[in-house]
Amino acid sequence: MAAEAAVAHDQNLPPLANRTPVKTEEALKALLADRGGKRYYAELKKLDVDKEALKKTLDASFKSRFKTWLEICAHCAMCAETCLYYIANDRDPKQTPSYKIQTTLGEIVKRKGDVDNAFMWYCMDTAWGKCTCCTRCGIYCPFGIDMGVMFGYLRGLLYSQGFVPFELKIGAGMHWVYNAQMDVTPVDYVETVEWMAEEWEEYYPGLKVPVDKEGADIMYVVNAREPKHYPEDLAEAAVLFHLAGADWTIPSTVGWEGTSLAMFAGDWPCCTQQVKAVYSAMERLKVKRYVGTECGHQHRATITEGPYWAGRKDGLPPGEKPSLHYVEWVLEVLKSGALKLDPAKKIKEPVTLQDPCNYIRNHGLTDVTREIMSYIAEDFREMSPNREHNFCCGGGGGANGIGLYRKERDIGLKVKRDQILATGAKFVVSPCHNCWDAIRDLEEVYEIGIKWSFLKPILLKQVIVPDHMKPKEEAA
Amino acid sequence: MYEFVSGPLVWISFGIFFIGLLVRVISYIKGLDWQKDRVAYSAAGIPGAAKSIVYWLIPFGSQGWKNNPFFTIGTFIFHICLLGVPIFLLAHNILLDESWGISWWTISDSTADWITLIFFVAVIFLVIRRIVNPNVRLLTTGYDYLILAIAAAPFITGYMAYHQWMDYKTILIIHILCGELMLIAIPFTKLSHFVLFFCSRAQLGMDYGIKRGGRYGRGICW
Repeated sequence: MAAEAAVAHDQNLPPLANRTPVKTEEALKALLADRGGKRYYAELKKLDVDKEALKKTLDASFKSRFKTWLEICAHCAMCAETCLYYIANDRDPKQTPSYKIQTTLGEIVKRKGDVDNAFMWYCMDTAWGKCTCCTRCGIYCPFGIDMGVMFGYLRGLLYSQGFVPFELKIGAGMHWVYNAQMDVTPVDYVETVEWMAEEWEEYYPGLKVPVDKEGADIMYVVNAREPKHYPEDLAEAAVLFHLAGADWTIPSTVGWEGTSLAMFAGDWPCCTQQVKAVYSAMERLKVKRYVGTECGHQHRATITEGPYWAGRKDGLPPGEKPSLHYVEWVLEVLKSGALKLDPAKKIKEPVTLQDPCNYIRNHGLTDVTREIMSYIAEDFREMSPNREHNFCCGGGGGANGIGLYRKERDIGLKVKRDQILATGAKFVVSPCHNCWDAIRDLEEVYEIGIKWSFLKPILLKQVIVPDHMKPKEEAA
Repeated sequence: MYEFVSGPLVWISFGIFFIGLLVRVISYIKGLDWQKDRVAYSAAGIPGAAKSIVYWLIPFGSQGWKNNPFFTIGTFIFHICLLGVPIFLLAHNILLDESWGISWWTISDSTADWITLIFFVAVIFLVIRRIVNPNVRLLTTGYDYLILAIAAAPFITGYMAYHQWMDYKTILIIHILCGELMLIAIPFTKLSHFVLFFCSRAQLGMDYGIKRGGRYGRGICW
């Protein structure tokens, strides 16, 4: 503690707020020692804008799509009602997506990068505190102006100038240093998974985690939170693969983790490094396909956007078979009968489903989760609106993790709260880490008396374990 | 004066209009970048692009239109009148027939008169919406009103000319000039959405059709 305090107050140390991404363990530790980012934000108040560089970046990347979007916007404000922040903030006109993007990116472009520190702060407050990049506004704009995508671009500009929330500077740094969103090394990871499998083998004899199995059908890729905070999630995944008789593996190298806080931060080179690690692991192990855990932004970063960062012209990840989100794999084994659920164990109480933006609106897996619901729930109730039209949980785009915009995030959660309440269900299935967190937090903040769950624990409760896979005494 | 505005200036304005729009479309397409936009543009995206355009060209075709019934009615009436009256007006067709020997079917003058009045109602609705709706008001700049004025001016002057208010010849010249101003303004202003609407919608349609669900899932439902 004393050492950390010394680091935080030593004025001779290089500044924490700067334009350089965190790429070393040392720099990462210096940032982590600055609890809550106090020193970081104080320094950020004084960080200059490199106007030349900003202009250069704009010249190179501000092309027809963004140009057209900003230019032809008819200022009709049809996007207002589509934004969760607008609704949650008592319909404040300043929360209209078009206003938010025109007064930030629009101004930077108009002024050709000639903006000051205070303006960059306004942009940062808007890009991370008033937008989760859920892209909902884009599907309601008559001109197809996708402000979520533009805010992603703005985040990139801000990040290149050092204007990024503290936790996301760290997050991107984690990816640079560990190729994972947390300080978990491949060794830590493999040890955790094997330890979990050992623990659970008592109940599921023969449970193994195949590490580095070449030519496996599936390479399973997780979110670093799982080994770090929820190792039972790894055990559940292993058991479900085991019971379904899946030919699966995990890599013992970088590439075991598929999330991308770098994407939330706007650090595109880091996104590239991150996704390439996953693809290299797939190629090294010659697996047929990727299956990612119940995480929304991991799917977006690795499967939807990732191929482009990695320079794959076909826009597809490697693997001879299509890469899957966990929900797709679940439906596959439920349909094939490889995983059988006991209909008598279906959830009896009313249950609703969260549609994660990153693979529902932005990857069309709408029917997949609904079909799964038909296997696991007797009284499934849709939120309204739902599917592609569903609202972001309020925690997307990194909002869950940013201390500076906690208040804004909590206000944003009201929309999801009201959607859940309107269903009458007290149980929310949430097959996405960020949504899961946001729903947990909304219960903490608003106390509406709900439970929430990933799919894995529900499946494990309902699955029929074949006799030959049961522990001996039980089978007998 | 009349000879000039109804002769060479027509040619010049149509020239600027067509070439300008062509340049806008070409530079839009040239500015697309599969890697930066993160869309693997290909023919596979055409159905998505078409879907994205068609749903939004039909009144209440998209969820966005459905959610905003009054604005939808207002804006569709506005646009249908804006395009329909000048194209199908008998007087315009006579001019076309006289100079190029081509014409198509026309609406009667009294119909055009009524449609013009409906157009004015739509314009007034759009102006009132800009003033009354706090979200729109905050976004609105003088430029938005200027654009609306450029679009409305040929109708106002055309209506005045047809009803022979004030000096017919002068009003007619002003009317023609207003029409030409609009044609010239289209490629250079927000009015470029005349073609960029299609470009932008097609691009987002391809994005959804190729990447965001089109390939694996069912793609977006507008």
